[in-house]
Formats: sequence, structure tokens, C-alpha cells
Amino acid sequence: MPMRRSHVQTTLNGEEIDFLCEPRQSLLEVLRDELGLTGTKEGCNNGNCGACSVILDGRLVNSCCVLGVEAEGASVVTIEGVAEGERLHPLQQAFLEEAALQCGVCTPGFIVAAKALLDAEPSPDEGRVRHWLAGNLCRCTGYDKIVRAVLKASDMQEVTA
Amino acid sequence: MKEIDYLAPASLDEAYAALQNGKTSAFLAGGTDIIVQLREGRKQVDQLIDVKRIPELMRYGWTDGGGLAIGASVPFAEIYEDAEIARRLPCLIDCATLVGGIQIQSRACFGGNIGNSGPAADTVPALIALGATLTLGSREGARELPLEAFFTGPGQNVLAPGELIVTVNVPPQPARSGAFFHRFIPRNEMDIAVVNVGARIELDAAGERIAGARVSVGAVAPTPLLVEEAGAALVGQAPGEEAFARAGDAAAAAARPITDMRGSIAQRVHLTRVLTVRALRRALERAREA
Repeated sequence: MPMRRSHVQTTLNGEEIDFLCEPRQSLLEVLRDELGLTGTKEGCNNGNCGACSVILDGRLVNSCCVLGVEAEGASVVTIEGVAEGERLHPLQQAFLEEAALQCGVCTPGFIVAAKALLDAEPSPDEGRVRHWLAGNLCRCTGYDKIVRAVLKASDMQEVTA
Repeated sequence: MKEIDYLAPASLDEAYAALQNGKTSAFLAGGTDIIVQLREGRKQVDQLIDVKRIPELMRYGWTDGGGLAIGASVPFAEIYEDAEIARRLPCLIDCATLVGGIQIQSRACFGGNIGNSGPAADTVPALIALGATLTLGSREGARELPLEAFFTGPGQNVLAPGELIVTVNVPPQPARSGAFFHRFIPRNEMDIAVVNVGARIELDAAGERIAGARVSVGAVAPTPLLVEEAGAALVGQAPGEEAFARAGDAAAAAARPITDMRGSIAQRVHLTRVLTVRALRRALERAREA
């Protein structure tokens, strides 16, 4: 049976693109399987773990709970859009310096989630960071290093701002 | 997920027409329940109707009388970021900030939480305590019903084929009233309620007696409940521990929970009593500030 594919136009990491996908495909599947952007990870695939976090029209979402066709006319930012060329985002630099990752599967989701926070609130306190990241699960670090890295990135942004 | 059609009607009329095309449908708003249910095979439909391009479902505003009409698909984040809603209806903020994490709150909405009709839905006891109604629309016209009359069982409700939830209406709140929503989960964030309670207290002009009260409990019956006995136990009483304890007993008596992975029958009945009392204490504080 021929697959029915929809034509979708969207802005992905600042670039206007279009793609074909089936209506049943999640945005996560489209990113990874159709567009080859495998930085966004599949963890639980049911909206619990945050590994597939992307920013959709300025809001942090789980891309496993969005359909690819819903990206029509929208703006999507993935982990691939966080660095500026070869220059790491302060969050990426801070995650490296604070060793805020072990296996790394949750890391793109944490960095995208933390970027959404720092874009909206440049100087969150520790409680705010922990609350904001409650929708991202990490089974390696115990979270402390991740929280330290986000706070450090916030300080780094203030210095460069 | 099985192959599925996707429609994004731009108006209510287009949506009603899509509901009449002979296919089985589900609505897509935030997608945080329905996409997972379809993927896991817990639901199967021919078509998904994305309602987020329908203006009536995506806006909210204050009514002339001071109520709040919330389009069914307005994301929770838009609601709790509104400073005037936070000031005038803090009970809405209590529940909207508790559903999932930030990723969920960016998309999930009151209409979806209600339409999914889970017994533990966190926004429902809060809305019932506030006296909320639903406006349901269809090609035949609109009807309005109290939220507590919407649910018929776990995942079941009175929505007819061809009908959709258009707005969730929070009526003007009584003078000298306050409401609070309280949930028990075994961790700080990101879990499904073991028990949740919404309560509203209205004081008399002197502030010495309770003039009206609404108590709603969730996760302790096949549907969220409005416990009228708890409200009745409070009316005419002096606001305080004695009256609150009687309301807690009434709420516990109305609870008919099951034992599952989240809690036992005994624990849920106990929690119903405790959370009712605590929600009433906080509702009283808000009523006195109002």
C-alpha cells in the first residue's frame, strides 16, 4: 500500500526547510529518521523522560509527543542548533567542564531544556533550575553536576553579555 | 502507530464537518496523552483532528461578569504565565503548574485533561471547586454543563459523536471566597496523583461563618467527584479545624478508591481526609485575603 506522506514546511534551527512525512510519525521520528538529525534522543517515547526535548515556537516540548505534521509553519530548535558553528554554547562548555554527563543519552535533552530556561530567565536560582528540569530524567549523574553546569552557564552568559 | 489521517480544521464548522465524514476520530491538542495512547495501541482511530488552528479553542479571556472563559486547547503555560489569572484565580495556577514537567505544560491543556477523563486528572478537582462549566459544541449547536456532570467512568464522558469541548468556563467567584488545589504524590514532581483535592470556601459578610463551600476529590473513584456532603458539612459553621475535620470525614466517606501501584484503598481514604482538611485551610487563607 502506498504511504500517504504530507509535505511540511518549517523552520529548523533557523533554516527554512521542507520535508515529507507520514501523519503518524512523531517530530522525533522525523528529525532522526527523515532529516538525519540524530542528536535528539529517544528515551521513553511516552513523554516522561525529556531526552527528546526540542524548542517548538519558543516553548520546550517533548518531540515524541508532537507529530511531524504539526511542525507546519512552526520554528523548531534542536540540539544541533545550540552551538554557533564551532563555538560551543555556554551550556555545552559548562557541561564539559563540570562533567555533567556520563552515558550522554539524556544530555541533548538537558541542554535544550536548560537553553529554553536561560533564554527566558538568564539568572535562575538552583531551585528554579531543579524545578525546570524535573521533566528530564538522568540515570547516571544524580543531577547535581547537571544543575551545577546550568548555573555555571548562566554565570558565563552574564560575563559575556 | 497505525496509519492515520491528520486534519487541521481552521474553524469550528470545519471541525464539525470532519466529525461527520464517517471515520472514527480523536482530537489532537497538546498530544501528551493521545499521541502516546495511539502509539501504544491503547486507542485506535482513523483520523486525528488537530484543533489548535480553531481560534475559539486557542484564546482565553475575562467575561463581562468577571469569569474566565478558557479555550479548550490553550496550553497550561499560557495560563500560568498570566499574572492577572495568578492573582484572581490562584487555584488554577495550583493545578496547571503540577501537570507533568515544563515540556508537558507547554502543550497540555484543560480541554485535553478533561477530555482524556482520567480519574486522577489534576486540573479537574480544582475546576470543579471553582464551579467550572464546559461549553460543548457540535453542528447542532452548543450546550453547557457543569464539569462534574461530564465524566461517566475512567476515560469515559458524555461527549457525543460530533461534539467537542470548546471552552472551559470558570464563573465569577463569590466575594470573600478562596480556593486551593492539593495533590499527594510520593515524590516532589512529575507523578500521577494518589489523591487530589480542590476546595473552595466562601465566608459571610462578617467573615465569621462559612456561607458556601465546594469540595472535589480525584483518584478515589471512577470519576472525579464533587462531594456535596463535605460542602454541606461546612455551610453555616465557623471556619476552622472542627468544621474542616467534619468535611474531611465526609470526603473520606465519599471516596471509593481501588488499590493499585500508587496506593492502597486505606491509604487513599486516609489521604482524602488529610488533603481535604489541608486544602480547606489554604482556601480559608485565600478567602480572608480576597
